Amino acid sequence: MGKLELQHVNKVYRVGTFGGDSLHAVKDVSLTAEPGQIISLIGESGSGKSTLGKMILRLTGITSGRILYDGANVAALKGKELKPYQAKVQGVFQDPFSSYNPIFKADRVFRMVKDSFYGGVAQSEWEGRVEQALQGVALDPEACLNKYPHQLSGGQLQRMLVARALLMEVEFLVADEIISMLDASTRVDVLNLLGDLKAGGLGVLFVTHDLSLGNYISDSAVILRKGRIVEQGPTQAVFDRPAHPYTQMLLESVPALHDARDPEHWREVAAARERGSCIYHEHYPDANAIAPATEENPIMAEVEPGHLVTCATVDEDGGCIQNQPVAGR
Amino acid sequence: MSVRVDDLKVYYSTLAGDVRALDGVTFEIADGEIMGLAGESGCGKTTLGNSLVRLDGRMRHVGGSVELDGRELPIADSRAMDEFRYHSISVVPQYAMSAMNPTRKIGVMSKELIESRGIKYQTVKEEYEKRLRMVGLRDGVLDLYPMELSGGMKQRVVMVLSTVLDPSLLVADEITSALDVSTQKAVAEALVGLRDNEFVKSMIVITHDLSILHEVADTIMVMYAGHLAEKAPTEVIIGGPRHPYTRMLIDSLPEVGVRFEEKRLAGIPGKPPSLLDPPRGCRFRARCPLADEQCTEQPPFVEIEPGHQVACWKVE
Repeated sequence: MGKLELQHVNKVYRVGTFGGDSLHAVKDVSLTAEPGQIISLIGESGSGKSTLGKMILRLTGITSGRILYDGANVAALKGKELKPYQAKVQGVFQDPFSSYNPIFKADRVFRMVKDSFYGGVAQSEWEGRVEQALQGVALDPEACLNKYPHQLSGGQLQRMLVARALLMEVEFLVADEIISMLDASTRVDVLNLLGDLKAGGLGVLFVTHDLSLGNYISDSAVILRKGRIVEQGPTQAVFDRPAHPYTQMLLESVPALHDARDPEHWREVAAARERGSCIYHEHYPDANAIAPATEENPIMAEVEPGHLVTCATVDEDGGCIQNQPVAGR
Repeated sequence: MSVRVDDLKVYYSTLAGDVRALDGVTFEIADGEIMGLAGESGCGKTTLGNSLVRLDGRMRHVGGSVELDGRELPIADSRAMDEFRYHSISVVPQYAMSAMNPTRKIGVMSKELIESRGIKYQTVKEEYEKRLRMVGLRDGVLDLYPMELSGGMKQRVVMVLSTVLDPSLLVADEITSALDVSTQKAVAEALVGLRDNEFVKSMIVITHDLSILHEVADTIMVMYAGHLAEKAPTEVIIGGPRHPYTRMLIDSLPEVGVRFEEKRLAGIPGKPPSLLDPPRGCRFRARCPLADEQCTEQPPFVEIEPGHQVACWKVE
């Protein structure tokens, strides 16, 4: 249950006054999310990470490619057909304050779930379920039911949104920057909650711009840059031995309280930078990382089991240093 | 001593009563010191920064004084403060994008701003352009509109513009919070450069992100619910904090290299007290594992080692 696969997903937005221009926000993204795993999707602003999350939730259309959930393509579903899918895949977003209508009490979000998905459940049984879901996210039902949003803290509101998702027996959660609005002292509680839910079999796509948060909680990491995956793999491999210059640059820029970097790997990084080498083209001298991915033309090279990296200069002006004529830009 | 703040109290007047956002803070900043000011949202750190520059309509100066280079600042008197603003005390706001006029080219806007302070633009133009180059901005930047720059570039323009008259004190409020990690680094480096080139004498860098302060600040002051909790050199705050709040806060920060499976971090249970009617004594008391009877008295902010001050009864 709950295996989510993205295959060559693309998103092109129409932009400009009359929609005459286009913006290629997500380019040829393929990834697999297993149940009981947290994948962190890390990227800077404009990298397409939120667009990807919205496409999985089907809040925005998919230009091309397939999204498979348990083997069934959900990219083409419309209107009512989406409901069974939405009952299993849900999202929680960045700003807990704007997810609630300030005029109504905060627990209205639970009632809305009942009205649209569980109309047949008896009220008393439903109340029991709500209470259970709240306890699941370490909230005291007394403290947060029957209250208005302004009476609750950001951390409480955010956890209630996670509880709302749990109420629907979701199998996969898209968590888009869910802790960037929270205070440092309560942040880690929401992260730990994701970790505990994962143990219960929930799959999570954790979208973030903060590398240390992604590193703390996730099993595998995907680094996104300008809509393209530049590196992906088990979290520890990506963070300890980053292979793409962009990932290396990000990790070098992260302000840290203690330096935990492996000096030997970073010496190699510096040497490779000096040589101007590209790991991808060392594996596939004739491949082209910006062409559509096929069997003959893989867009990522495997540096160690499960750890993939693309061309060092993909999408930069001038093309790849190693392979200019074949890349043909 | 370039800045000396003594028992400063600034309250917000609301219909429900006074919100005691800044309730008696006392500290000093030395010449050439970059002081980081850290704390959760609502702890009064922005109120402290703002009260050194401009009290807005809701803020009321209740007591205490601020001294800059030996002169007392008339912080409650907005008109008298005009003499100090920009010339000797300056601010970089969090949102550089809204600090700029979107309908003016940056050069035109800068000229208007500088001349509004009674200074001929021509006299500072050369220095201004030189400093823009120093923080890595191209020469043509003055002929662009703000919307043509990225967030990090705008932030650097505002930083240079607010320090072009060499103020004694610069207040930088959450200037890196809205930026990506790679631009954050450039802005942080530019900030330190302002001090190293002696364009500003001392600085208060306000942020909720302790790891940024670790990169830029010489000393860190931690606030909690309108009171000071601890002030010490950066290495001491990171490596050996003494106040229970600082300790718990630092222990709750995930870092690159720390993983959930290996080491489960813990947050601080509870939430800060309401400042409308704050409890007596230590304001961290309700969330503190060490709290007892004694903590119903407010602990003094005392020096336990040279340069290391803490407000806690449980610290020897």
